[in-house]
Amino acid sequence: MPWLTHLRSAPISARLGLAIILAYALVAVFAPWLAPFSEADAVGAQYAPWAAPHYLGTDALGRDVMSRMIWGARNTVGIALVTTALAFLLGTTAGLMAATLGGLADTLSSRLVDVLMAVPSLIFALLILTLTGTSVIALILVIAVLDSTRVFRLSRAVAQGILTMDYIEVARMRGEGLFWLIRREVLPNATAPLIAEFGLRFCFVLLFISALSFLGLGLQPPTADWGSMVRESAKLIAFANFSTWQTATFGLAPLLPAGAIAVLTVAVNLVVDWLLHLSSGLKD
Amino acid sequence: MAPILKVLLRRLALGALTLLIVSAMIFLAVELLPGDIATETLGQSATPESLAALREKLGLNQPAALRYLAWVAGALQGDFGMSLANQRPIGELIAVRAFNTFFLAGHAAVIAVPLSLFLGLLAALYRDSILDKLISTTTLATISFPEYFVAYILILLFAVQLGWFPSLASVEPGMTLAARLHATFLPALTMTLIVTAHMMRMTRAAIVNLLALPYIEMARLKGMRRWRVIAVHALPNALAPIVNVIALNLAYLIVGVVLVEVVFVYPGLGQLLVDSVAKRDFPVVQAACLIFAATYILLNLAADLIAILSNPRLLHPR
Repeated sequence: MPWLTHLRSAPISARLGLAIILAYALVAVFAPWLAPFSEADAVGAQYAPWAAPHYLGTDALGRDVMSRMIWGARNTVGIALVTTALAFLLGTTAGLMAATLGGLADTLSSRLVDVLMAVPSLIFALLILTLTGTSVIALILVIAVLDSTRVFRLSRAVAQGILTMDYIEVARMRGEGLFWLIRREVLPNATAPLIAEFGLRFCFVLLFISALSFLGLGLQPPTADWGSMVRESAKLIAFANFSTWQTATFGLAPLLPAGAIAVLTVAVNLVVDWLLHLSSGLKD
Repeated sequence: MAPILKVLLRRLALGALTLLIVSAMIFLAVELLPGDIATETLGQSATPESLAALREKLGLNQPAALRYLAWVAGALQGDFGMSLANQRPIGELIAVRAFNTFFLAGHAAVIAVPLSLFLGLLAALYRDSILDKLISTTTLATISFPEYFVAYILILLFAVQLGWFPSLASVEPGMTLAARLHATFLPALTMTLIVTAHMMRMTRAAIVNLLALPYIEMARLKGMRRWRVIAVHALPNALAPIVNVIALNLAYLIVGVVLVEVVFVYPGLGQLLVDSVAKRDFPVVQAACLIFAATYILLNLAADLIAILSNPRLLHPR
C-alpha cells in the first residue's frame, strides 16, 4: 500500500479523519459486545434521564438509547457500505466496459445514465419505493442503481483518459482481450481517483439512507438506525430547556444520532481531501 | 444560421427530449406493478366485475401510450386525476402545496444568493487570510452535515431557547407576507446554510482564477483599489460560471426542500410527496415527482442556456 508510507506525512486533519473512521468501524464490528442492552427490547421506563445504567437515557418505548446508537453504527454504516460497494461494482464495471468497448454500447449506456441523472435521485428513489414498498433489499438496490450512475460517469471519464495511452495501444495490438485490458491495464491506473470517489459516494449514500429513514421510508423499526432515531426523538426538542442538565438532554436527543452521521461524513471528507491531494501530485 | 442559435436550439431540443423521457418513465413506473391501480384501490377481495367497472371508469382499458398522452395533456392544464387516498382531484391538492414550496425555495434563494456572492468576493479578496480559511472550513462542515442536523440545531437555538421564530412553519392562505416570511424563516435559513457553501466556493474559485490574468495586474499597477479591481474588472468576466452555479443550486433547493419541509412540518409539495409514498398513493406521487423533476430539468436547462449565452466565442463569431 503506497498510502501507508504517506501516512507518516499526513496532515493532522487526515489523521483525525482516519482515527474517527477507525473508531466507528470498531464500534460497528463489536456492537454486540459493546452495547449493554438489546436494540429492540424495552428495558426501562419511558424517557428515563441520563443516568446509570442508561447513560444516554431511554426513548419513547423505554429502549436504551446508548445501545441503539451502538447498534445503529452497525446497521446504518453496514447498509451504507454494502450499497456503496454494490453501486461501485455496477458503476465501474459498466463505465470501464463502455469506455473500452466504445461505439454503440458506449453511446447507449451514456444516454441511459444521462436520463437517470436528469432527475434528482431522492425524487427517483421516492417514486420507486412507492412501487416496491419499503424493505431493506429494495432500499439497497434502488440506491445502488441510482448511485452507480455517478460512478459510471467518473470511471468512464477516467478510463477514456487512460485508453489514449501508448501502452494500451501496445496491449491491443498484442491481441489482449477486453477483460485483460480492463483488469491489467486500466484498473490499476484508475484506482486513486476511484478510491477517493468511493469515500465521497459512501458519504452520499449514508446521508441518502439516513434521509429516507428520517422520512420513515428507509430502515423500518425496531431496527436501530440513526436516521429513524432522529425521526423518533424529534418531538422531544420542543421540551428542551437549558436551565438544568436533565431538561437540556431533551434537546440533545435528536442531535445525537444526527451528529453521529455528521461527524462520520466530515471524517470521510477529511480523508478524501488528503487522498485527492496525494493523487493529484500537488506538493506544498 | 448563426452558431449561437444552432447551439441554443440543440440544447433546447435536448431539454424537451429529456422532459419527455422522464415524464414517460414516471408514468410507466406504475405499469411495472403486478396488477394496476384498480387492484391496488380495491384490494385482494375485489370481484372481477367491480374491477372491470373501475378500470372502465379510470380509462385503464386503453393502451399505455394513449393513457400517457392523456396524462401529460391533463398535467399541462393542472389536471392530474384523482388521489387514491381521499378521492379528491390532485390538481387542487397540489396547487396550494406547490405555491408553498416555491415560496420557501424563493425565500431561501433571496437570502442565499446575495450572501454567498458577498462571502465569495470577500474570501477571494482576502484569500489565504484567517477570514478566508474560516469561511472555507465552515462551508465544508455545512456541506457534510445532514439537512435535519442543521435544522434541529437552528430549532434548538432560535425556536426553543431564544423563542424568536416558530419551530413549526405553519402557513395558511390569507397570511400577510410579513407573517409568512417570519413563519418560514427557519426552514429558509436551513436551506441557505446548505447551498451557500457550494455557491460561495464557486464564486471564490471563479474570481481567484481571473485574478492571475495580466489585465487584472495592469489594473492593480495603475493603483486601483482592490474592491474596484474586483467589482469592475474581475466580476463581469466571472459572471457566467457564477450564474451557472446559482441556477444549479436553485435546482438543488427544489430537492433539499423535501427534507426541510418534513422537519418543520411545512405544508408543501415535499411533505405531500413523502406522505403519499407512505400511503402508496400512486397518482399523487407521480404528479409531485413530475413537478419536482420538471423544475429540476428546467433550471438545469436555464443554467446551460445562460452559460451558452454568456460565452463570447459564440456571441461574436469571426
